[in-house]
Amino acid sequence: MKKLIFASAAMLMLAACGEKQEAAPAGDASYQETLMAALLDAEPGDVIEIPEGRFAFDRSLSLTVDGVTIKGAGMDKTVLSFAGQIAGAEGLLVTASDFTIEDLTIEDTIGDALKITEGENIVIRRVRTEWTGEPKTENGAYGIYPVQVKNLLMEESVAIGASDAGLYIGQSQNVVIRNNRAEYNVAGIEIENTFDADVYGNVATNNTGGILVFNMPNLKQPGARTRVYDNEIYENNTKNFGLEGTAVASVPAGSGVVINANDEVEIFNNDIRDNKTANVIVASIFSSGLSTDGMEADFDPYPDGIYVYGNRFEGGGGNPDGLELKALKVAVAGLGSLPDVLWDGYVDPALSGPKEVLCVQNGEAKVLNVDAPNDNKSPKVEDGAAHDCAFDKLPPVELKGPLAGL
Amino acid sequence: MISKFAAVALIGFSLAACSQETAPTYHAEDNPEHLSDWGMIAAKDGALRLSEGVTPYDLATPLFSDYALKLRTVWTPGGKPAVYNPDDAFDFPVGTVITKTFYFPVSENDWTGDILIGKERSLNDGPKGKSLALDHLHLVETRILVHREDGWDALPYVWNEAQTEAVLKRTGAVVPMTLHRDDGRMEPFSYLVPNANQCAGCHADNATTKEIKPIGPKARHLNKPSSFAPGFNQLDHWLAKGLLAGEIEAPAPRNVDWTDETAPLDARARAYLDANCSHCHNPDGPADTSGLNLEPDASGPAMGKCKAPIAAGRGTGGRPYDIVPGRPDLSITVFRMETTDPGAMMPELGRAVRHEEGVELVSKWIAQMEGGCS
Repeated sequence: MKKLIFASAAMLMLAACGEKQEAAPAGDASYQETLMAALLDAEPGDVIEIPEGRFAFDRSLSLTVDGVTIKGAGMDKTVLSFAGQIAGAEGLLVTASDFTIEDLTIEDTIGDALKITEGENIVIRRVRTEWTGEPKTENGAYGIYPVQVKNLLMEESVAIGASDAGLYIGQSQNVVIRNNRAEYNVAGIEIENTFDADVYGNVATNNTGGILVFNMPNLKQPGARTRVYDNEIYENNTKNFGLEGTAVASVPAGSGVVINANDEVEIFNNDIRDNKTANVIVASIFSSGLSTDGMEADFDPYPDGIYVYGNRFEGGGGNPDGLELKALKVAVAGLGSLPDVLWDGYVDPALSGPKEVLCVQNGEAKVLNVDAPNDNKSPKVEDGAAHDCAFDKLPPVELKGPLAGL
Repeated sequence: MISKFAAVALIGFSLAACSQETAPTYHAEDNPEHLSDWGMIAAKDGALRLSEGVTPYDLATPLFSDYALKLRTVWTPGGKPAVYNPDDAFDFPVGTVITKTFYFPVSENDWTGDILIGKERSLNDGPKGKSLALDHLHLVETRILVHREDGWDALPYVWNEAQTEAVLKRTGAVVPMTLHRDDGRMEPFSYLVPNANQCAGCHADNATTKEIKPIGPKARHLNKPSSFAPGFNQLDHWLAKGLLAGEIEAPAPRNVDWTDETAPLDARARAYLDANCSHCHNPDGPADTSGLNLEPDASGPAMGKCKAPIAAGRGTGGRPYDIVPGRPDLSITVFRMETTDPGAMMPELGRAVRHEEGVELVSKWIAQMEGGCS
């Protein structure tokens, strides 16, 4: 069954011929009730088509029915503007499975733009979430935010201006994130407490940190097995505009790829360049400054099985963020740059040594061990042998069920 | 806008004029356009009347909803009982209809959007049953929870300006209001009537099953002296009426009245957080993504002590942990209760003004905690 939701032609005309030509007009407000009702009345199999135009919303939208597709006329043609939002913590909240959303933009929401929670078989395709204007702390936290989902494809989408993460995948399983673009967010793409994620073909630039793979304590699942490959991760040097207390607040500006407390992460065949703190950072939860009082006992705070190989590194590390890192750079590199890989130096006492934490097979790339366990007393650029090791390569993520073959 | 409102009011008038009093009715499938079609409550002659067999109830500590006062009723078909459960909502028979009417004290009977802070009015007991006198009160909305064959449905009805009828508004509504605090401060705000999906945002307290359930009718919320049957405990009153069946252990779970200054501070704060937060912040709830559990039995980091936020964004308010013992000023929980920014506030829905008394209670509770976070 196909359901078409068209605003009347008259409304579209009005929107097109409005006398005011302001910078970011909110758009046609009469469509809110129409779309809200369509979402309430949706039945499995419905395709809710949103026509070309700018539509204004003052409350959040939500969908709770499985098997629904929401389809716009294109990222640049169908814009849902929440610039005048007065209620609701997100633009569109989806709590349903077998959900597809494509070809539209969600703009200037007061909280998260698109949140999808506890669903299976989710496709997000050519969706843009954007906070217009300069990147700022007042922007909503997450652009595209699937959490606790299984079997997810996110592709050809765009996230701009999120005050936390542009594309954020949390507590999920079996995930493919490909050919997206993340710009001017605190974190461009963040994979958190997620098992089996392939992150490839993406562009992350002008964020504070490009691509993050994190594990946070006290959640239902940790995360492991993420492959970050074939991405372009460059010039992620935007000042951190996240608020203290968030996981990303501790990410220094100028970070390319950041691994925190996650396990079995492969970083290969990426172009990573000109991230002025470091192209790759590998850290334990202790470097995030969190209280150990607030961590449940079974949380694994250490990263292990991190494998960096075959990337094309260029520039980067020349002007790290923060006084401590600047002082460190002078101490270990003088006028030169920090090495491509920064490691906090924590090794899980249950492991045999650094070669179970971090292997680097990446040409000339060197590792700086900042010696965080000893209050940074003896930071050193390690010789190639210290991380000259390899892990078994992870198998590709295969999308399953209705997403198989996509 | 004005003409539309007038039209709604006219429809309301004509219906009120021609409709006879409807007996309580379970609508198994259709969603009636008017609240009066359910026959639970109806506005007549300056009072909101409860039909025969419709039982009012209240909670030890209720959810805060912008200082709205609430009248809750329950009706079961054929007087069939709900089955007692010590932890979860009682198991009500199919056909059960629960109503919750949100109303405000006002200084003028003509609706200006100006509202006052007050206490729930007691019901009058007349020959035609119980009723709520409506002078200097304004009815805003009545939410229906109906237990159908395939589960509970939630339906929001919005009262007309004439206060004669409430009309189904599945897409919700925004009602501009101005809160007049007792000390004279005035705060304009947008009161939100939730849409049917947003109802599920709170009432589906298990994010995996997504099943809608009542929240209030749980043992710990109902276990209190009855406000409607003097001398009875409310659970005993339900048992005596045949509205509740099953073995009740002694003592039954009980939340205190958060305003009861003779009760321990810890019990008051936990009752408040339970009523306002735990429908989402429980181990299986929509907020289990945060790892924060505010049910009465949670403790330690799970309850927020020294716990880093997850995906809070600017909802942290720049503070490090949900609860920093001894430091309400550093605790995210307090920030989220204080702020009225929809992108940062808690609860996410159903509050637009600050509940200053609630903030004060939770702040005091955190202030007297010992320790800190190392």
